[in-house]
Amino acid sequence: MKIAVSAQDSNLDAKIDPRFGRAQCFLVVDPDTWDFEIVDNKQNLQAPAGAGIQAAQIVSDSGADAVLTFNCGPKAFRTLEAAGVKVYVGVEGTVKEAVEAFKAGKIKPTDSANVDAHSGI
Amino acid sequence: MIISIASGKGGTGKTTLATNLALSIGKCQLLDCDVEEPNSHIFIKPRLIRSRSVSLPVPKVDDKKCTYCGKCSEVCQFSALAVIRKNVLVFQELCHGCGACSILCPVDAIWEVEREIGVMEIGQAGDVHFIHGLMRISEAMSPPLIKAVKNEAEKDMVTIIDAPPGTSCPVIEAVKDSDFCVLVTEPTPFGLNDLVLAVEMLRILEIPFAVVLNRSDVGDDKVDEYCEKEDIPILMKIPMDRELAEAYSEGIPFVEAKPEWKEKFADLYNNIIRMV
Repeated sequence: MKIAVSAQDSNLDAKIDPRFGRAQCFLVVDPDTWDFEIVDNKQNLQAPAGAGIQAAQIVSDSGADAVLTFNCGPKAFRTLEAAGVKVYVGVEGTVKEAVEAFKAGKIKPTDSANVDAHSGI
Repeated sequence: MIISIASGKGGTGKTTLATNLALSIGKCQLLDCDVEEPNSHIFIKPRLIRSRSVSLPVPKVDDKKCTYCGKCSEVCQFSALAVIRKNVLVFQELCHGCGACSILCPVDAIWEVEREIGVMEIGQAGDVHFIHGLMRISEAMSPPLIKAVKNEAEKDMVTIIDAPPGTSCPVIEAVKDSDFCVLVTEPTPFGLNDLVLAVEMLRILEIPFAVVLNRSDVGDDKVDEYCEKEDIPILMKIPMDRELAEAYSEGIPFVEAKPEWKEKFADLYNNIIRMV
């Protein structure tokens, strides 16, 4: 099992990046071993449109089974859903805290986007 | 001869200038390319001759033929297609209609369907041939509609283009291929800031330009100073005038409210001709 977390920096103590599509990077964490891989998302930070779709593809390609983030728009959600990746929104704090909340079952997956398109611009 | 009227900042008087210029120079055509909120027709009051729908070709995928190779999503510069597991997702509203996905699909699983993005209306008011675009509500991408309006224009007729505000793609689509561009601004810090951006845009596009200063007797002297420093001619100054504002609010072009302005706009046109 692997969990992708939108992060503002590339370590487990980094704050969650509230924007999914335009997150600084994703930390793809194995919640059992705390091993993690850093997935760069720089190319999407300046994208005029479609950042959420691209980020969703990156996350899907990383092999993650779930995404923890704060805001997820409709196109990103549709893409993640097609990829079979569960989406958890409204997650705050550090990457470590988020994964711990996930492991403890304190957060629930969403069945829809929680913000409108282009909310992250 | 194509003269476009642009501004940088919105609300400086593009439509005022475009419509009054068109009404002062005899036979010409006016293209309202501010398709997100066209308003030149309010002043020109054209008689509608015809209208037609404007659409963009967008991809449709045959799931039976698709092998999920991902070539379509790889080539798309706008993320309008995503291939993920055994799914091809099409985001029509992001598609620019370039057709690359359907051309490059190795198994011919993609064909194009038309998606309406707006309507074009063509009319006539006296000497003025009039065309404008009306973008469909909720549509995000105006350049294809602007391009359609420009393609509909009569060739070899003096053409005035009312451009959208700003300096991004819609404006560039509206002003490119112009022989001359008039930048309308106002003597305020906002007017100056956006004028500078518009000047930079036109220099890149290599379109000759000059400035018209609207509400010229309010604000400060910074626009004058900037134009002098940059050697940009100010072709006309329109003072703040309550009567003109009242006429505008009633949809009356100010060459009708104050006929003495007709000659000033004709002079403006002649000055532009001399500069091209």
